[in-house]
Amino acid sequence: MNETQANTLVVTLVTIINLLLAFLVSGIVIWVLGEDPWFALKTMLYGAFGYDEGLGYTLYYTTNFIFTGLAFAVGFHCGLFNIGAEGQAYIGGLGVGLVCLWLESWPLWLVFPLAILASIVLGGLWGAIPGYLKAKRGSHEVVTTIMFNFIASVVMVNLLSHVLKPPQEMSPESREFSEGVWVPQMHEIFEWFGIEITQTPLNGTFFFALICLFLVWRFIWYTRWGYELRTVGTNETASVYAGISVSKNIIIAMVIGGGLAGFVGINEIMGSSHRLMLNFQAGIGFTGIAVSLIGRNHPLGILLAALLFGILYQGGAELSFEVQAIDRHMVVLIQGLVILFAGALENLFRPQIEQFVKRLAT
Amino acid sequence: MWNDFLLILDATLRISVPFVFAAMGGIFAERSGVIDFGLEGKMLGGAFVAATVAYWTQSAWWGLLGAIGIGIIFSMIHGYASISKRGNQVVSCVAINIFAMGLTVVLANAWFGMGGKTPQLSKEARFMSIELPYAEEFRNIPIFGDIYYEIISGHSILVYIAFLMVPITAWVIFKSSFGLRLRATGENPLAVDTTGISVNKTRYQALLLNGILGGMSGAYLSTAHLAFFVKDMSAGKGYIALAAMIVGKWRPYPAMFACLLFSFLFAIKDKPEVFDLLKGIVPVKLLNSFLDMSPYILTVIFLAGFVGRAVAPKAIGQPFSKEK
Repeated sequence: MNETQANTLVVTLVTIINLLLAFLVSGIVIWVLGEDPWFALKTMLYGAFGYDEGLGYTLYYTTNFIFTGLAFAVGFHCGLFNIGAEGQAYIGGLGVGLVCLWLESWPLWLVFPLAILASIVLGGLWGAIPGYLKAKRGSHEVVTTIMFNFIASVVMVNLLSHVLKPPQEMSPESREFSEGVWVPQMHEIFEWFGIEITQTPLNGTFFFALICLFLVWRFIWYTRWGYELRTVGTNETASVYAGISVSKNIIIAMVIGGGLAGFVGINEIMGSSHRLMLNFQAGIGFTGIAVSLIGRNHPLGILLAALLFGILYQGGAELSFEVQAIDRHMVVLIQGLVILFAGALENLFRPQIEQFVKRLAT
Repeated sequence: MWNDFLLILDATLRISVPFVFAAMGGIFAERSGVIDFGLEGKMLGGAFVAATVAYWTQSAWWGLLGAIGIGIIFSMIHGYASISKRGNQVVSCVAINIFAMGLTVVLANAWFGMGGKTPQLSKEARFMSIELPYAEEFRNIPIFGDIYYEIISGHSILVYIAFLMVPITAWVIFKSSFGLRLRATGENPLAVDTTGISVNKTRYQALLLNGILGGMSGAYLSTAHLAFFVKDMSAGKGYIALAAMIVGKWRPYPAMFACLLFSFLFAIKDKPEVFDLLKGIVPVKLLNSFLDMSPYILTVIFLAGFVGRAVAPKAIGQPFSKEK
């Protein structure tokens, strides 16, 4: 076993053990609530995989988490802590919605790229401002991005209830887009090939998410821009000496992150609800943090971690439906624990694991 | 006009309390070199535990104690991750905030089943306003009487404790020998270590104080300001307190004034007079959203250092290791 292999093994083991720890603590919480953690686990797994519809929902949530996981990861490679994917997804989704409302008579093959562009522009803008303030004024991105989440939420509440809501409607949502601009749902796509699957919100955006994973992977590790970005993230001083602009890269990383987060809107707005509505992004942005940290900020890891959280979301919904005492927010709690164990406490058993791998190697 | 002014100042004081508690807590942590973005989580956790314990025991004081307890637990988890295990401090804070967001709602729903709310507290189980002596009698004295009656008197005990914390924090940080160690630990831990003082122990002590104050900020929200806990009650206040601390350059009095300024914005944004005043300048359709987001926007603007540059303690965010 060479050194790279040994390192990969250490990282994998550390991640798995920390994940298990997070789940163990979550199990204890469930047990404290007077429920059976084992039954909870079985219910969740059945909810996520046990039947067609569950699997569809799981992958539908996975799509969202791929976007926000990538949004966090791009920032992280540049040494940033972008916890504003929540607001960036909200505003990026606004862009998607506006494009769909304005151009609903246009064909999908034209609207789809325009929606992508709109979500990059608006989501990117929502990331660019905190990025600019970090780069030029030194204000910490954690506080500014959180503030921008709140600002986004105010903007959307007011836009939806005063501007975009049709006057005769009660609930603060836009009207439904015409069917022509809906992203085809997965059961429709499968139908083209003569395969029949159950109808779920899962839609073609899933494939777009996979493309994004690939593109981000190429971008971060195989382009000059990605190299610059990582250099800034690893050693700011060194990058200055190498003639790399720190502020430029910080802003770029935030714009890309914001744009990626905005793609949540494509999955949610264009692919599922077919209208702009309140809080379609709720919690998805924060989940991205856990997804990225668990996935070690690598697209492949993010895919696996997004799937894991897709399972947790869908299974968690099933669980809170079955067991009244366990609320849907259990997933948020698990996220916090995952971030704690896989992120902040990653050194907890690292020395022991390194020892173990070293002994294994010799 | 004079009366409106008094009422706005009165509201400003009430709103500022959680900010002041949290900002003082943040000063202790960050002055010792530990980043604390976790004030939000401590505030939220404190608010939930205070409301729950106060409801069960029918005593606001037990609620406060519980809130302090959860504050300490959170700050010790943060300490263990960032001091002992030398993990990423920002990650640890965000973990605590998200954990608190989930935990409070899960427990609230499991125990009370009211959609993330806790039951309304009775008068005995919350901190009620206290009338200071001679408030009625002094009312006849012009100006001073009004100020005394409207602004200084008639708050809950936690308001007075919060503002008492400011001189206490200032004294501890700048005048006590513990404060000297604390500041030195945040600026130059290696030097502190060579004098035989434990850097890590000092940081844990700082976090202990941080947890106590963070918990108290939450208790105020749910047992004094309102009489129940509700999902996501802190609504970014922990982060705003942090911004106030940075704007105040990690000093207690300036931080307090920054807290008061932010609270002033929260206090006036709901006043109809302000709405009427701004109606001419900002289109009415936008005005509501403009007012709603003003505290957040101002936090961003202040943080961007448009009011002067802030310099953090030198060793902030760096775990200490003797080997280095």
